[in-house]
Amino acid sequence: MTESNAAAIGATRDTPATRRRALLWHVVDDYSLILIFVALFAVLSASVQYFFSWDNMVGLLLSVSQIGMVSCTMMFCLASRDFDLSVGSIVAFAGVFCAIVANATGSVTIGIAASLAAGAFVGFVNGAVIAKLKINALITTLATMEIVRGLAFISSHGQAVGVTNEAFFALGSASVLGLPVPVWVTLACFAVFGVLLNKTIYGRNTLAIGGNPDASRLAGVAVDRVRIAIFLIQGVVAALAGIILASRMTSGQPNAGEGFELNVISACVLGGVSLMGGRASISGVIVGVLIMGTVQNAMSLMNIDAFYQYLVRGTILLIAVLVDQLKNRRQAR
Amino acid sequence: MIDVPRLEFRHIGKTFPGVRALADVGFRVRAGSVHGLLGENGAGKSTMMKILGGEYIPDEGEVAIDGQPMNFRKAADAIDAGVAVIHQELQYVPELSVMENLLLGRLPTRFGLVDRRKALAWTRQRLDALGVDLDPRAKLKQLSIGQRQMVEIVKAILRDATILALDEPTSSLSHRETDVLFRLVRDLRAQGKAMIYISHRLDEIFELCDAATIFRDGRKVADFDTLEGVTRDTLVERMVGRDIGDIWGYKPREHGDIRLSVKGVSGRAVPQPVSFDVKAGEIVGFFGLVGAGRSEIMRVIYGADRRLTGDVAVDGKPVKASHIRDAIRHGLVLCPEDRKEDGIIGVRSVAENINISARRNHLTAGLFVNDAVEAKTADGFIERLRIRTPHRRQEIRLLSGGNQQKAVLSRWLAEKDLRVLIVDEPTRGIDVGAKNEIYNVLYELAGRGVAVVMISSELPEVLGVSDRVIAMCRGRIVAQFARGEANETNVLAAALPEGASATPTPAE
Repeated sequence: MTESNAAAIGATRDTPATRRRALLWHVVDDYSLILIFVALFAVLSASVQYFFSWDNMVGLLLSVSQIGMVSCTMMFCLASRDFDLSVGSIVAFAGVFCAIVANATGSVTIGIAASLAAGAFVGFVNGAVIAKLKINALITTLATMEIVRGLAFISSHGQAVGVTNEAFFALGSASVLGLPVPVWVTLACFAVFGVLLNKTIYGRNTLAIGGNPDASRLAGVAVDRVRIAIFLIQGVVAALAGIILASRMTSGQPNAGEGFELNVISACVLGGVSLMGGRASISGVIVGVLIMGTVQNAMSLMNIDAFYQYLVRGTILLIAVLVDQLKNRRQAR
Repeated sequence: MIDVPRLEFRHIGKTFPGVRALADVGFRVRAGSVHGLLGENGAGKSTMMKILGGEYIPDEGEVAIDGQPMNFRKAADAIDAGVAVIHQELQYVPELSVMENLLLGRLPTRFGLVDRRKALAWTRQRLDALGVDLDPRAKLKQLSIGQRQMVEIVKAILRDATILALDEPTSSLSHRETDVLFRLVRDLRAQGKAMIYISHRLDEIFELCDAATIFRDGRKVADFDTLEGVTRDTLVERMVGRDIGDIWGYKPREHGDIRLSVKGVSGRAVPQPVSFDVKAGEIVGFFGLVGAGRSEIMRVIYGADRRLTGDVAVDGKPVKASHIRDAIRHGLVLCPEDRKEDGIIGVRSVAENINISARRNHLTAGLFVNDAVEAKTADGFIERLRIRTPHRRQEIRLLSGGNQQKAVLSRWLAEKDLRVLIVDEPTRGIDVGAKNEIYNVLYELAGRGVAVVMISSELPEVLGVSDRVIAMCRGRIVAQFARGEANETNVLAAALPEGASATPTPAE
């Protein structure tokens, strides 16, 4: 039945007790992920040695910094009902390209700028093909994923490209106020993209497009422009992640970031971003990223074979999606 | 002659979290009769139909067929018992043909492959027998919404259902299609089937139904064993629970200068150039058969579809071709026909749906969405248009059709400089009370000088609300009538293609 009489009939029937129960469910629904994370964190802190130590916490954050940055833009991409598989390749290419340009020009700044511009270009191509030529995002970004990975290998001749200018390494290893630069960059991304999503027309329109692209267009949303912007920004942030990764590894590596796109998408989905578009929250994405990082970190501390981590990650993702489904089903009645 | 009714609902109750959808509702349907089911949206009709169809399990009470209590646990149980429920939301496979949809799951095979010739012959024969004019090979997505509905109904008949429930079957049918449907329903009645017929169009209820039951807020408020001597007003009053008087509520208004000027506009779906003007404060009703090109030309004017030729101007200022945002900037807006596909953004809140366009005018620091203003705007419209929603943060898909429509209207009312409002089938599938409220919004806007264009397939509505009626047929404006001159006969005659028996052109 439609909702119109919910107010009319519900009003006469709602006892304070049922209303309180409904509200409680609402809170559990909204914060279920955070509650799960807090529980997980508490259990691990109590049971795993060294887990809850400052060094390990910093290490954990550093390990998810790349995924964290790109999750922010992937959130926009998924929220608009699109998909981007090319980010892993962009990470690799950006690192290699930055190293090559920095070595050739002797300027780290120019290397970084060129690399970011290259990321923007790939993102723009993705967006333009998807929005203007109406080609499926999965296919488009699968193609650019292959192409860009190829470019990374070709330009580096398949070898890691070391950076000669030591100033470059500061980006990955320097600490400010006790936290490494990559962690700060990630935190900044969370803040900036959180505000973009919730407080700007760009963010609201992204969610609207994901909810119903046709209706959004008829409501005056510049659908094509927003979609291109989403991919372009994603290209820039993926390139940034690639540059920082190269800095941490002291070289641009053409095989870096393999499977990275799937980790990023997993973190977003874990964070409650709907693949059907229209639903996303930055707090969810943050928790999704942290859950992924925490599980991995704890398993490493417990000396669990890295091979098992794939198993655990997959299982967690599956459970998260199932929980989300059940939640939606109850809401849809 | 029959004491045991073919179908009986006994003390049905159904509660959803927070909502009592049905409370102790019961009525009987005789074999060989058409039983009208009336009530506003949200009155519980659709829930009742879902219980009949086995989709919902009632919390209390039971459904009995020929006196035998049935315990439908799933949709297949109901189908096995000979029940067919045809919902407003059609369930078909758009990529498959009429034939394949009708025979889905039981296509005749030959050596393990589908025997297309046999299937085709069978389908042709059955469609002819039913007097339904459809090409068995046409893909469902190529058909008009009305034709798709016809396929649904034929599908149910072919399953040999003895109990048939039609939930608003005519809301998107053309006149001719409606005639075919009515003939079908009467044939089925003659064959002794028990039918439930849900419609907001009271004329149809009187024309078709032998008996009727009225629901309001999940309860049965009236039962009529016969409709003889029952007046339209009585039904409306029982449905709404109040006397709403003249449902059109039209009052004459002053008209100003020309607001909207359309000159020689054409598009892909409307190749012949169309011209017309609308004055400030005027409501112009567009009438035509389904596929006459009314929605198509309006989409071109608004910029949703490409404009190939012609000029559109608002207050003399030209509006860019094929550019929705430019149209909105000129105060020219459109409430589309297909609310669910083109109007609402289902998973977003009522407030979001209202503020999506107008928010550009009140950003903080030119960048940030002003939540306080938007909340005020949304709450204002929820109150003013009586949008029934628990709160502005409710996802709009959970609202009833009428309330969704009011939210889409609010989106454009929130534009500070609204000049031309085009509404396409604004009251389709909406109950009487909400219709009345929507008309009042149109009158109020017109009173403020907005030029209103209303497309509707309900002739009484067009006649009742418009200051001027324009009839379209096959992509062309064929006639115009001032309010005093227009009547059912001349408008309909103008809108029918040459040779009144000709089939309406299929929708693009």
